[in-house]
Amino acid sequence: MELLTPSIGLVFWMSLAFLIVLFILRKFAWSGILKALKDREDFIERSLKSAEEAKAQMSTLKAENEELLAEARSERESILREAKEMRDKILADAKMSATEEGNRLISAARGEIEKEKNQALSDIKRQVGEISLEIAELVIRKELSDKGAQEALVAEHLSKAQIN
Amino acid sequence: MNQTKAMFLAVFVLVVTSGAAFASNKAENSAANNDFNPGDVIIHHVLDNHEIHIGNFHIPLPIILWDNSNGGLVGPFSSHHLADGANYKGYVMSHEKIYFAGTSNELVRDAEGHILAPKPLDFSITKSVVGVFVTAILLLVIFGAVAKGYKKREGQAPKGIQSAMEPLIVFVRDEIAKPSIGAKYERFLPFLLTVFFFIWIANLLGLIPFIGGFNVTGNIAVALVLALLTFIITAASGNKDYWMHILWTPGVPWWLKVPIPLMFIIEFIGFLSKPIVLMLRLFANITAGHIIILAFVSLIFIFNNLYGSAGGFGVSVVSVVFSIFMFCIELLVAFLQAYVFTLLSALYFGSAVEEHAHENH
Amino acid sequence: MELLTILLEGLAHMGAGIGAGIAVIGAGLGIGRIGGSALESMARQPEVSGDIRANMIVAAALVEGAAFFGIIVCLLIALG
Repeated sequence: MELLTPSIGLVFWMSLAFLIVLFILRKFAWSGILKALKDREDFIERSLKSAEEAKAQMSTLKAENEELLAEARSERESILREAKEMRDKILADAKMSATEEGNRLISAARGEIEKEKNQALSDIKRQVGEISLEIAELVIRKELSDKGAQEALVAEHLSKAQIN
Repeated sequence: MNQTKAMFLAVFVLVVTSGAAFASNKAENSAANNDFNPGDVIIHHVLDNHEIHIGNFHIPLPIILWDNSNGGLVGPFSSHHLADGANYKGYVMSHEKIYFAGTSNELVRDAEGHILAPKPLDFSITKSVVGVFVTAILLLVIFGAVAKGYKKREGQAPKGIQSAMEPLIVFVRDEIAKPSIGAKYERFLPFLLTVFFFIWIANLLGLIPFIGGFNVTGNIAVALVLALLTFIITAASGNKDYWMHILWTPGVPWWLKVPIPLMFIIEFIGFLSKPIVLMLRLFANITAGHIIILAFVSLIFIFNNLYGSAGGFGVSVVSVVFSIFMFCIELLVAFLQAYVFTLLSALYFGSAVEEHAHENH
Repeated sequence: MELLTILLEGLAHMGAGIGAGIAVIGAGLGIGRIGGSALESMARQPEVSGDIRANMIVAAALVEGAAFFGIIVCLLIALG
């Protein structure tokens, strides 16, 4: 029976002690502790969020970078291609102009040669004519000395001319 | 693994030696009437006391009385003045109860042996009051240090006792207060935290041998105060819906309310019985744990009386093993009861501040 | 007359003991059912085992409280 009867003294002291402890802890411990816990949790949450944001930013940055890189790469490629085309063109042009020049030179040379040849030929013809004239003069001089033969020849030609 | 072993060994040694201390303590009693009464010993331990016994040492405690017929406050004076039924300033103690006997040493009794002498109000610093004070001081010291730690290492990781207590504080906040009360949990958090740690530390204090065997939370007065505070806070913070639910329960047929307010009676009994059960649960759990441990220890002396010292020695092995087992269970119960008390308090607070949607009833 | 008193007192003690025993049986059955069901539901849905454990403890505490009511009444009979 005594076990179940609360004694007034203990009830009094317990109420007093517990209320004092509750008051002191509420004022000086719990408020600070709970606030500190909350602050820290908020801080962690904030940090996590900002980390997440930084990660997102990083990934966009990375994507941008990649894009830039790809652009640069394609540009480089196009530049290279252009350069190659240019080179090929220049080469082709050079080749063509060289060929043309060569052809021109060759044809010029050929013309010169022709001219020279013609000149030489005309020279030769003239000389041949002169020589032949001299020879012919000599021959004629000799032939004309023989009067009978001349008359025979004229006759012969005259006969031929009659035929024609 | 080694740590566990060492711990078990320590507990074993503690229990064995506490048994021995207990034996030496009881030896005089047994020698006096050569009859060991385990019931008396156990009840004597579980009940409050005006002295603290540590082995054979008796530490007297101050006695403070309030006697209207004697001009109000009497004392404080040391309890050793009243030892063995002595009369001091007209007061006599019998079975830890103090009576006013006047000049005579004998108390006036009726035919059946009930004491008729007037009883002043006893505000003495008893063993349990000392236990309450020790618990209160421990709470202040521990959480003073914890609060200081939070102030000193603001925004940093906890350290020392701070990191030991932080998970428990977070546990009370996140597992007990938040889900049970809801959005308004912050108002009740200081009370819940204080109650939780008070009960837990007081329970643990009751499990430490050699310091006089405190039974703080196993005393119905302590449990009564705690439950009463929960009751008062619940009633004080009850909103319109809460009282409406008790006075005029919505969603039940009218003939349960008029002419006989059946629902009101049922709800009101529930309203009152909640704190009573809260009190009984804590008190009975802790007291039962103490009684079981003491009963196992008492077995040694029962067998000692029955079959001589050989019997006592033989049983002591079994008794000690069971006592260790019970001590381990009690460690769990110490936490569990603190948890249950706090959780149920939080649930009552939650029901008091809950906003009902009446359409759904 | 004296014999009757002793006999009645003995009967009261016996009643208290039996009553306490019955209270404990009831509580044991109840808490056993709660524990069993809780374990079963935890096995089915391990992801909510935290909630289930908390509710299990609350339910067990309520059953226990009812049992303590009975035991305290028996204690009152035995000691009073």
